[in-house]
Amino acid sequence: MVRVGVIGLQGDVSEHIDAAKRTLENLGVSGEVIWLRRKEQLEGISAIIIPGGESTTISRLMVENGLLEPVRKLGEEGLPIMGTCAGLIMLSKEVIGATPEQKFLALLDVRVNRNAYGRQVDSFEAPVKLAFSDEPFIGVFIRAPRIVELLSDRVKPIAWLGDRVVGVEQDNIIGLEFHPELTDDTRVHEYFLRKAL
Amino acid sequence: MGKLDIIEAKGTERLKRGFAKMVKGGVIMDVTNAEQARIAEEAGAVSVMALHRVPADIRKAGGVARMAPIEKIQEIMDAVTIPVMAKVRIGHVAEARILEALGVDMIDESEVLTPSDPYFHIDKREFKVPFVCGDRNLGEAVRRIWEGAAMIRTKGEAGTGNIVEAVRHVRLLNDNIALLQRMTDEQVYGVAEKFAEPYLRLAFEVREISGLPKQVLESEPVYGHYTYREIVEGLYKVLLEIKKLGRLPVVNFAAGGVATPADAALMMQMGMDGVFVGSGIFKSSNPPKMARAIVEAVNHWDEPDVLAEISKDIGEPMHGQEIEQLEVRLEERGV
Repeated sequence: MVRVGVIGLQGDVSEHIDAAKRTLENLGVSGEVIWLRRKEQLEGISAIIIPGGESTTISRLMVENGLLEPVRKLGEEGLPIMGTCAGLIMLSKEVIGATPEQKFLALLDVRVNRNAYGRQVDSFEAPVKLAFSDEPFIGVFIRAPRIVELLSDRVKPIAWLGDRVVGVEQDNIIGLEFHPELTDDTRVHEYFLRKAL
Repeated sequence: MGKLDIIEAKGTERLKRGFAKMVKGGVIMDVTNAEQARIAEEAGAVSVMALHRVPADIRKAGGVARMAPIEKIQEIMDAVTIPVMAKVRIGHVAEARILEALGVDMIDESEVLTPSDPYFHIDKREFKVPFVCGDRNLGEAVRRIWEGAAMIRTKGEAGTGNIVEAVRHVRLLNDNIALLQRMTDEQVYGVAEKFAEPYLRLAFEVREISGLPKQVLESEPVYGHYTYREIVEGLYKVLLEIKKLGRLPVVNFAAGGVATPADAALMMQMGMDGVFVGSGIFKSSNPPKMARAIVEAVNHWDEPDVLAEISKDIGEPMHGQEIEQLEVRLEERGV
């Protein structure tokens, strides 16, 4: 049975839980999706999602709840982990515009610029091209971080806005600038959760 | 791979409500300068509310409370990386346009400031920037959501450090939603008609001045370009969605009177998505500690042993006030 954990410290946790549940249904896979707040809940987990939210807050609470190191270790051992928006920041190796106290998982060889698109009035929706699907996907970018550089050959683009990379994959790790959980479209979650089957 | 034309949409309902979803499970703190904003950010606040004075000081100062000075808001925007919100007076479209132009991330159309319009709230659908509005009950919440609020918060009684009014507002809202779920759609339509009544106040007052009966024409706009029937239909749609979901269709925070980690945990236990803390942090004896403790309490709201630990050695909370002894009830502003 698949056991998906959404890091539930802050942010749009319930949206990811709903999206993951719908995805398991679509895939015809039996499993459960849990609101993950404590490190004991990592036991027997098959995949982890880090939601959108405020990366400064999520970072702080992951450290305080003792989740940062165990999640990093699981990621290094090959556990599928997907991060959207603030989740992408948490996964990145290098972050421009981070506050001095912010700690990251550093599982993705990318450099991201936090809040690079500007403030909320600059947030936008636009069609995104996916590597694994012919139809465009609605990209919802909310005070999004921007992937400014891929730092190794291990990291592969999987989503583009025009010709700019807005989503990447590095073996078991996926990071996206946008929020697939704010749409009814489960293609991205399906692509990710197949890694856990 | 072919190039995609980039067709961008900004200020959509999804983006506005989506922004509010990103602050769920978090604490939004009132701050009055760059230093306080940095304390809030370091403590783990998801956002700060830029103000000239915190509500407790607004009470003390009296007079007309307006939108904060622009240079003050700018100073706070420059000081932190987290989103910055700011307040406008109820119905003050011009203040709201100024804050939108300034680039604040969310506008709070707030009863804490002196209302500018005795009849109406802002039609928030006309804006690209998202709005949060206060409510005391389901009627106020539904009206604000129909007007385009992307987020709702309880009004509570700001600046008192007294949680009782926020609890009252959550109870009134939750109980009304439960009642809604036991109603037929026809009954819900009746509720929509009742909830639409405040939009008729101006039209009725004009009739009264003119010595005419209190009636409006079906084709007559009563709020912006909306007729009474269009408003009823709009409120009915929002009510049906609430009935289906069993909760508001937008993010719902507690505000007004949160003064301790236990207050914050109480609001989370009552089903709130997060909390605003106004005077509670910078009117306490140790703001950085209180700020951190409230952030943690929102995170551990259902773990009493952790809450006990969090609540230790945090200094004196703000001095509170009895609701009955207040000269001004802010919550009564804007229905």
